[in-house]
Amino acid sequence: MEDYVIEMLHITKEFPGIIANDDITLQLKRGEIHALLGENGAGKSTLMSVLFGLYTPEKGIIKKDGKEVKINNPNDATDLGIGMVHQHFMLVDIFTVLDNIILGSEPSKFGFLTKAEARKKVMDLSNKYNLKVDPDALIEDITVGMQQRVEILKMLYRDNDILIFDEPTAVLTPQEIDELMKIMKDLAAEGKSILFITHKLNEIMEVADRCSILRKGKYIGTVDVANTTKEELSSMMVGRNVKFAVDKEVAQPKDEVLKVENVCVKSKLHSNDSVHNVSFNVRAGEIVCIAGIDGNGQTEFVGALTGLDDISSGKITLCGEDITKKSIRYKNTHGMSHIPEDRHKHGLVLDYSLEENMILQRYFEPDFQKGGLIKKNEMRKYSDRLTEAFDVRSGQGAKTIVRSMSGGNQQKAIVAREMDRQHELLIAVQPTRGLDVGAIEYIHKEIVKERDNGKAILLVSLELDEVMNLSDRILVMYEGEIVGEVDPKTTTLQELGLYMSGAKRDDRKEAK
Amino acid sequence: MEKTSFFKRPAVQTLLASVLCAILGIILGYIILCFMNAEHAGEGMAAILTNFFKYRIASTNTLMKYMGSFLVKSVPVILCAEAILFAYKAGLFNIGVAGQYTVGIIAALYTSLALGWHWSLCLLATIVAGAVWGFIAGCFKAFFNVNEVIAGIMLNWIGLYICNIILGGEKCMNQSKSETFEISDLNPAGLLPGFLQDVFGGNQYMTIAIPITIIIAIVILVVLNKTTFGYELKATGHNKEAAKYSGMNAKRNIILTLVISGAIAGMAAGLYYLTGVEHFKISSSVPGMGFNGIAVAFLGGLHPIGAIIAGLFVEYITLGGQYLNTNYYNPQVADLMISIIIYLCGFVLFFRTILNRPGKVKVNANAEPNKTAKKAEEKEV
Repeated sequence: MEDYVIEMLHITKEFPGIIANDDITLQLKRGEIHALLGENGAGKSTLMSVLFGLYTPEKGIIKKDGKEVKINNPNDATDLGIGMVHQHFMLVDIFTVLDNIILGSEPSKFGFLTKAEARKKVMDLSNKYNLKVDPDALIEDITVGMQQRVEILKMLYRDNDILIFDEPTAVLTPQEIDELMKIMKDLAAEGKSILFITHKLNEIMEVADRCSILRKGKYIGTVDVANTTKEELSSMMVGRNVKFAVDKEVAQPKDEVLKVENVCVKSKLHSNDSVHNVSFNVRAGEIVCIAGIDGNGQTEFVGALTGLDDISSGKITLCGEDITKKSIRYKNTHGMSHIPEDRHKHGLVLDYSLEENMILQRYFEPDFQKGGLIKKNEMRKYSDRLTEAFDVRSGQGAKTIVRSMSGGNQQKAIVAREMDRQHELLIAVQPTRGLDVGAIEYIHKEIVKERDNGKAILLVSLELDEVMNLSDRILVMYEGEIVGEVDPKTTTLQELGLYMSGAKRDDRKEAK
Repeated sequence: MEKTSFFKRPAVQTLLASVLCAILGIILGYIILCFMNAEHAGEGMAAILTNFFKYRIASTNTLMKYMGSFLVKSVPVILCAEAILFAYKAGLFNIGVAGQYTVGIIAALYTSLALGWHWSLCLLATIVAGAVWGFIAGCFKAFFNVNEVIAGIMLNWIGLYICNIILGGEKCMNQSKSETFEISDLNPAGLLPGFLQDVFGGNQYMTIAIPITIIIAIVILVVLNKTTFGYELKATGHNKEAAKYSGMNAKRNIILTLVISGAIAGMAAGLYYLTGVEHFKISSSVPGMGFNGIAVAFLGGLHPIGAIIAGLFVEYITLGGQYLNTNYYNPQVADLMISIIIYLCGFVLFFRTILNRPGKVKVNANAEPNKTAKKAEEKEV
């Protein structure tokens, strides 16, 4: 008889019209690292929400240590020793590390905090599991990797022994990822049981003992990682074979499309520039990538480039025309397409229908309006054409409210819109963020197709696989500056990592 | 393509929620009547609900005359509601409608009484006055990022005091009655032209204000749903950042929205005061019309046509208060009931959510999971 610490047996959770979990069984052994793999909308998060008491399943039972338990709310889950590191950290930026760890279960005597005990417990845990943190540093001052260690300590401080990691590596550098993998192994060795939600097959292969795969709400199977391959995992997840490497010919760069000279952007948070003296160019028919860890000025730079934010100095030339001070509308209509970083914040009006979103930058063109009245038929036709060409799936076709669509299809809609618009330059910021491998493969192919059609492409990405696979040239941004330019064919992940963490920098020559 | 069931359609749900509000308001009103005087509560409620229809026995003519007055008095609150919902669709909460309405009163009465203008110019003046008031709030919002609610409230009071000063003067105010002169005495040309007065029992206050109100509601409906301008406004209202990303001119739209909203509010005053049915008295508080408009806009489900229906309902109940037997009840009970309904309007969204609960009410199985669940999912995927 296996020693299962948590068993979720035959869980079925329905939403009206959708079966989010259809008879799913997940058994977590004591002391194992169990990966949960699945595309967007496969039901991973619903399953975890059931485990956390956020949803009550229609069918199925949950057992802890072989005994059936009822989890009606997150407090029940905490009482059972279940803890979770969320993808987006739940930390108070202006509190210290220690305060964040004890937040919610503060030790107190007569209503006064007794932090000394807490400090000791935290430091003991920190030493035991080799989770180095400075208990008195403010969260806003420490690195993302350290913030994650704080989240892990939070779970340990509450004596949780079932730890759920929700896509923990999305925000880390390669070096930090290695470190996290080691920490996870240590935790498992100490008897903690870990559920590890991820899209990244490499990490599963490296760290997990077993892996359960969900697809479209159904349980596909559980495999021993030692006896499987990446290819097998991905075909189980997607239901077909997926290519990892992007097929592409050698780039044939032509004329310069975008030229950026000495661009600076003032920071909103501190007195230094958040983007400092950035210069480079992008030619037609090549993919230039700006790599870097999140928060090193990429967002601000793209903001300045597209006009969403103010530029403080420098010059931007698009197809030979100085567009530094032009409006967003002008840039939109004169050769710039932009797949924004945050599809909900910038890319879409979520409460608009799909068709209305498709004409977001074009509604004023004669194709879509006459005398100020929107041509609804044209809008419908255009939207149907794009959704067909780019395989955007939605419940009610063009009339679907975008909010109800899955993240992948929302992103595909943006990609379709931006690629179809008249443009010379495509700025793609994290174009595959949060998407599953099938959608990533598709979007990558489209981007390469764009390149081969002679468009200039500026890719900004945090995903190193994407950076390495897709780009023809890589610029690394660190603290608002371009610190190095490397060739993806000759560089290694380790070298990139050194640039990204500021450990290495080139003395950059002037932009060509 | 899935068909959504009748009860799950947003429009039907909004309607149901609004009707629920109204019914609850009436029930609570009845309970209050019971507390004040239980014996006559049923009778009192009947009086409010029967309202001017009690004249149906007397003669159709009288009934229609009262019906006319009812319609005339509904005009300003409906238009204020239209002004509010128009701005609301663009993501602006124009609480300044009250002030824009007030400067509309100044323009209406000063131009007609003191200047003796023709009604068309008077009406134009009210529109311009309201628009200017909206423009000021809009500029503050667009250029200095001053919240439109703050600017609106300030401008409400500024408008009120200017109104007291200007209309309190000898040219406009009958000092012995301490209310403004009759337009029909000083400047008959300043009165709006009549409309179907014969049908409504010779009601002299029945004017073109009625059809204009309906036309405005339809125009707003068309602008919001069919035009590029409406498309921009709603996009800005739903997601300002996305509107900016797509190159829309946010500043221009903010100002334009408040100008139009203000113009409608100013016109509401014009279409009311230029009928001669109402006079202005020196007041120490901002006219409640603009605030009632907020409630009407929400009760009407933020729909231009819904606002007409909601406005008629609110005005009907208000009028009903006058038919209460004053031996037993204070006529302000009607105001109290309206306040309760208005208060409940805040719950329209709440009622909608309840109607929408997937688990509790098994209405249909085809709808999408509700938004919050969706959001939680998105976050975690």
